[in-house]
Amino acid sequence: MFEFAFMQRALGAALLIGLVGGVLGFFVVLRRLAFLGVGISHAALGGVAIGVLLGVSPLVCGGAAGLAVALLVARSSQSGLIAEDTAIGVFFSGTLALGIALASARPGAQQDLFGYLFGNVLAIAPAELALLALLALGVLAALAFCFEPLLFASFDPEIADAYGVPVAGLHALLLALIAATAVIGMRVVGVLLVEAMLVIPAATAALWSLHYRSQLGLAAALGVASTAGGLVLGYHFDVAPGAGAVLLACAAFALSFAVRGRRRA
Amino acid sequence: MSAPVVEARGVCAARDGRRVLEDVSFSLAPGGLLGVVGPNGAGKTTLLRVLLGLVPLEAGEVRIFGERLGGAARRAGGVGYLPQRLAIPPRFPATVADAVGFGRLSGMRRAGSRSANALRVAASLERVGIAPLAERPVGALSGGEQRRALLAQALCAGERLLLLDEPTTGLDLPAEQEFYALLRRLKEELGVSVIAVSHDLVALAGQADALICINRRMHVHGRPDEVIHSHAMREAYGCEFDFLAGELAHHEGLGGRPSERAGGARGPGEGA
Repeated sequence: MFEFAFMQRALGAALLIGLVGGVLGFFVVLRRLAFLGVGISHAALGGVAIGVLLGVSPLVCGGAAGLAVALLVARSSQSGLIAEDTAIGVFFSGTLALGIALASARPGAQQDLFGYLFGNVLAIAPAELALLALLALGVLAALAFCFEPLLFASFDPEIADAYGVPVAGLHALLLALIAATAVIGMRVVGVLLVEAMLVIPAATAALWSLHYRSQLGLAAALGVASTAGGLVLGYHFDVAPGAGAVLLACAAFALSFAVRGRRRA
Repeated sequence: MSAPVVEARGVCAARDGRRVLEDVSFSLAPGGLLGVVGPNGAGKTTLLRVLLGLVPLEAGEVRIFGERLGGAARRAGGVGYLPQRLAIPPRFPATVADAVGFGRLSGMRRAGSRSANALRVAASLERVGIAPLAERPVGALSGGEQRRALLAQALCAGERLLLLDEPTTGLDLPAEQEFYALLRRLKEELGVSVIAVSHDLVALAGQADALICINRRMHVHGRPDEVIHSHAMREAYGCEFDFLAGELAHHEGLGGRPSERAGGARGPGEGA
């Protein structure tokens, strides 16, 4: 099935979101940012709609919208006037509504948006794959550089702050990385499901291990296996590869939860 | 006489636009334990945050190891910090040794080489008596063990000065006594200087070499027994403390600080 160039590109994109989603998801799960992941990825749809209407790269516009919302959420919650989950609720629904309004204003735009809402991994162009690879490299490099301070800030932000770790700056960076990952996953699993790749593999890994090294490795492996498996499911059974990937990840989580729960009982 | 480890003069600081510290002055001699007491909202934790460089000075001056705090220097090196609240998530994915090693981070980078840091972590764990727990998940420790792990982390950050915020909160009496015995041993072995904030007047007065009592402004400083019986202390808390005399003697009997001290309690403006 991978003798076709479009399938090779699809596999490349699927592996990228599986890997990055698993690794970044470690911090999303550790810092309880799952709802934030949903908010940022959904907010990207507004940017995608603007991109479709203006004829500019929807991926770039979606990423910019996700990043803008991520930074707005960080800024608003740091002001102390509103809680972070409230800020997410306000900004992501506003941006999502903007996307729907723009799409409904131009006939035919809904069809273009459909591929971003639910993913269309088989239609990824070589230039798009290159952009996704660059983004993935950037996210992984940023995580590698900031890993220990981020882990310390997740352990106890008060002590980390006392030792000069830029706790607020690292949180804003993490939100920006989630926005970048939403862009990577948009074409593979779609805006609606990209957050699943940020949560489910890492949550599954956290059930099996209590050390960050093994959690990171397991989350990355589960992410890659889910997205590649989704592609195989899509090819053989004619289901949407993105949905297939999320269903496989969910199955791994359910199985792990059942096994680990039984051992604890 | 050795230069003070910490010297604060006329410290003023604000929180949320409200001044919470007004003209607070004190000094800490090398190897000494200074207790900071005062009623709720007196500015005790803010004082520690000033010393950590996290709250800017509105007026006054702080010198740590002779170096002026403030400006670009976010915190003086060699300072360890133990927070009031233990917030270690039960399933945090790191070992005790990993968590203790966080103390070697300064800003975004580690202070020394990987091997030097590993040795420092091992030595800190040994000093606080939890070396056998090094590879255990940090979230699985008991409350007392977590406090020791965070103390080891603070030692990893700095063996010259420890800033402790309510270090015995949540500990029962034997665990509290054990904690203070450990602190005394660290002072003897390392010569570490300590500033501890606590609501537990009796325990802190039984351990400290000197006490300061603040309630926004400086009320009194001096020997613990004299501070506790001072008029300024009653003024700061708005109640009598005579009932503490027996408790204090009992604590000293349990292995607290030696009772012989030089100097007496001084009110604000009488010099540090």
